[in-house]
Amino acid sequence: MLELNDLDVALRVGGRMRRVLSGLSLSVAAGEAVGLVGESGSGKSMTVRAVTRLLPEGAAVSGRIRFDGRDVAAMDAPALRRYRDRDVGMIFQDPRAHIDPTYRIGSFLTEALRVNRGVGPAAARRQATELLAAVGIDDPERRVRQYPHEVSGGMLQRVMIASVLAAEPRLILADEPTTALDVTIQAEVVAILDRLRRDRGIGMLFITHDLDLALAICDRVAVMYAGSIVEIRSARDLHRSACHPYTVGLLGSRPSIQARVDKLVAIPGRPVSAFEAPPDGCAFTDRCAHAEPDCLHGRPALEPFNDGLVRCRRVADLAVLAESRPESPAAPPSEPAAKSVVEPPAESPAEEGTQP
Amino acid sequence: MTATLPAGPETVPTGPARGRAGTRAGALGRRARALYSFLGPSGTIAAAVLAAMLILAVGAGLFAPYDPNQASLLDAYQGPSMAHLLGTDAIGRDVLSRLIYGSRTSLLGPALVIACSTAVGVPLALIGAWYGGLVDAGAARILDLVYALPGLLLAVITAAMFGPGLTPAVVALSIAYVPFLSRVVRAAARQQRVSPYVDALTVQGFGPWRIGARHILRNIAPMVLGQSAVAFGYALLDLAGLSYLGLAVQAPTADWGVMVSDQDSMLRGHLLPVLVPGLLVVVCVMALTVLGARIAGERPERHPLWNRRGKRAGAE
Amino acid sequence: MSAEALSVRALTKVFRVADAKGRRAEFTAVNDVSFALEPAGSLGIVGESGSGKTTVARMLVGLEPATSGTMTVLGQDRSQPARKAADRRERARQMQVVFQDPYTSLDPSQTIGSAVEEVLRAHSALTGPARTARLTDLMDQVGLDTRQTAARPRELSGGQRQRAAIARALAADPKVLILDEAVSALDVSIQAQVLNLLSDIRAATGIAYVLISHDLAVVRQLCDTVLVMRKGEIVERGDCANVLDHPEQEYTRVLRASVPVAGWKPLTSARQAEPS
Repeated sequence: MLELNDLDVALRVGGRMRRVLSGLSLSVAAGEAVGLVGESGSGKSMTVRAVTRLLPEGAAVSGRIRFDGRDVAAMDAPALRRYRDRDVGMIFQDPRAHIDPTYRIGSFLTEALRVNRGVGPAAARRQATELLAAVGIDDPERRVRQYPHEVSGGMLQRVMIASVLAAEPRLILADEPTTALDVTIQAEVVAILDRLRRDRGIGMLFITHDLDLALAICDRVAVMYAGSIVEIRSARDLHRSACHPYTVGLLGSRPSIQARVDKLVAIPGRPVSAFEAPPDGCAFTDRCAHAEPDCLHGRPALEPFNDGLVRCRRVADLAVLAESRPESPAAPPSEPAAKSVVEPPAESPAEEGTQP
Repeated sequence: MTATLPAGPETVPTGPARGRAGTRAGALGRRARALYSFLGPSGTIAAAVLAAMLILAVGAGLFAPYDPNQASLLDAYQGPSMAHLLGTDAIGRDVLSRLIYGSRTSLLGPALVIACSTAVGVPLALIGAWYGGLVDAGAARILDLVYALPGLLLAVITAAMFGPGLTPAVVALSIAYVPFLSRVVRAAARQQRVSPYVDALTVQGFGPWRIGARHILRNIAPMVLGQSAVAFGYALLDLAGLSYLGLAVQAPTADWGVMVSDQDSMLRGHLLPVLVPGLLVVVCVMALTVLGARIAGERPERHPLWNRRGKRAGAE
Repeated sequence: MSAEALSVRALTKVFRVADAKGRRAEFTAVNDVSFALEPAGSLGIVGESGSGKTTVARMLVGLEPATSGTMTVLGQDRSQPARKAADRRERARQMQVVFQDPYTSLDPSQTIGSAVEEVLRAHSALTGPARTARLTDLMDQVGLDTRQTAARPRELSGGQRQRAAIARALAADPKVLILDEAVSALDVSIQAQVLNLLSDIRAATGIAYVLISHDLAVVRQLCDTVLVMRKGEIVERGDCANVLDHPEQEYTRVLRASVPVAGWKPLTSARQAEPS
């Protein structure tokens, strides 16, 4: 349904073009939930903005974005409006910033129905209360008369979900929808989103920094680093047998609620954006425990491996390595070699990537 | 690390005039480029204009071709010539020389005004921002009261009470400009006050005076400086206006405001001795506003001072 | 001197607020909270927004006066705000804090080195080369190099700034460190580095931690004991592993079940009554 092909995006920052996505390819099938996971600067939010054509002015885009075979970049204004109205719905991290505080919740929900769908006022009102009930809000009759500041953040996020559902989209783009919420509220909101999406057969692209959360509710999960996807596979497999050293590192970095480990498997250095990564070679090289001198040359392709796609030229070697030591983590704990952002990201090749 | 930092991190090279003689020119060029990129084209022009005026004012004796007060009735109302580049006024004084000497009083007055009102307004703002509550509210009400009183009116009243002259005008405007600086500085200081780094310093055991002076003030310094520059422009305008009315600098002294009030020249259609000082006042105020807005990091059109005073200046 | 690094009894904080109709009202943010922490111990305070956990932290470090109750650190009372400069210094040497937001918790106009040195100058008798050596040690301890020491916060990444904030807190050589959501704003890979760093520092110096967090996994990784707070009150307390593996209170169970883990399916039954 949604297909991104070799997407490159550069933004204009202070007169200079800065690349934020490089060679991103991704697809979401109808009714499928795909998680897009990454740290800051990985480009996950820019991906959503590219899909909705909401990139900041002066952005340079190459590659293709297709929805049902239609080229999103080529849409004219009416087609684009229809696409944003009907085909995709968007849920943002901060509902308070995205809902006009001067309108009642009811007006917010019925506006789109009445203007875009030509639904009559009474019918729109009925639909709005039904939607609020569907997202688990008690006493919807009262809620539609309230203003956004009168309800909690968790409830407002459910209102946002209801408004997205009202448009009956085929794809939901959720950009960190629960990051600002308390964990118990997050569980609720995610449960509602998950259930309604499945019941209605809506596809979802779920952006989050929380790998565990993505694994819990998505069918497939894509891990992003420096503007491109380094690994994508089914949520079940990714959790058990991640292949890319970065994915393995992310899984090891997160402390577990079930047990304390002596030392977390930290990835040294800091996450970089696409424009900071060296132009040649694998973007993860200087943080990777398994990098070799050859990793600095030629960008690895996203290639099939173990029912998924992995962007690492050593993936086969590492799989063998991991099998020979099933209990030990793939990346040895190493001292954090924190790097300053003021230095040019490309380090001299002699210093790194020589561990076997 | 000890080898590269022999006396702690505060000696890390940040100053301009460091390095051997061979690299000094290069370092200077770098400084100049950094300054240009900070000020931008308009800010650089403004800074250059102001620097030129300052040099002329300080070195008036060197640059002025004539004594500014030397009258020569035979030479009255001359047009521009090689002898008198901007001509002469009603009693034959050289206009250029009077302009150059006049920049002294014209710039000194507002400098005193801003120095005084900054010295009073900034500590007041910091104290209000730090303690909040009643202290802050009390200070704010008093400042509002002063704010409601136009500076020019206050100056007219003091002139009526103590007689005309530069000193009473400067005192009156200093008082009138305190809220000007204080209100904006207070808002900025308040923002710093509630930021976690101030909490962290408090937990480190540092007292309010030290945190205020060493940390908060340093962080809002560009804003204070920018605000002062803009206020300087308006004080210049106000003082010129007062001098024009004969309430500040007195007639024989060379001063731009006094020069503008030369109505004899005007009536005789001899405009140069009146227009040029007026123009200089306008150029100065514009340069200060542009520079101030640039330093404070605000776009000029958004600047509250610009808007407020812009309207009033238009009505004048 | 008592054996406890930190002891809190019946701590209460009541804020005066305006209610919906603008009338004066009282809001109890923290109600009758008591706990103790032995030297080199590590206590987690867990709760959601509105639980009062951050207010507890602010009262401990003296940023917020307590309405009632007592706090002692290393046997010395600090229930009342410090009046004299000497008291402030003394308290600073007992307990320090690291805040959540690495972007605003350092003075933007000060280099990292001079921020840490300012603290050393105020709290230690070290001068000249000895002070520089101590500064170098601290920077090494948190993993920042010479260039990062000379940099201003703006030039550093979030993780590096948080390391700098930790170094500044350690510069006063405190016996208790309050970590107020200190790793919550960091990227996952950076968070792991900082958590490892904090474990190492505790092992090396015997400092005691109070970790304020909403993140149960982080608390489990770093803390020995835990308090679960809700709406200003302690709901459950005990050994960290015990409380998280066998929660006794319903709220703790819900909190525990809300954390996404492998094979987790969000439950609608996890529903809490939300204030409207």
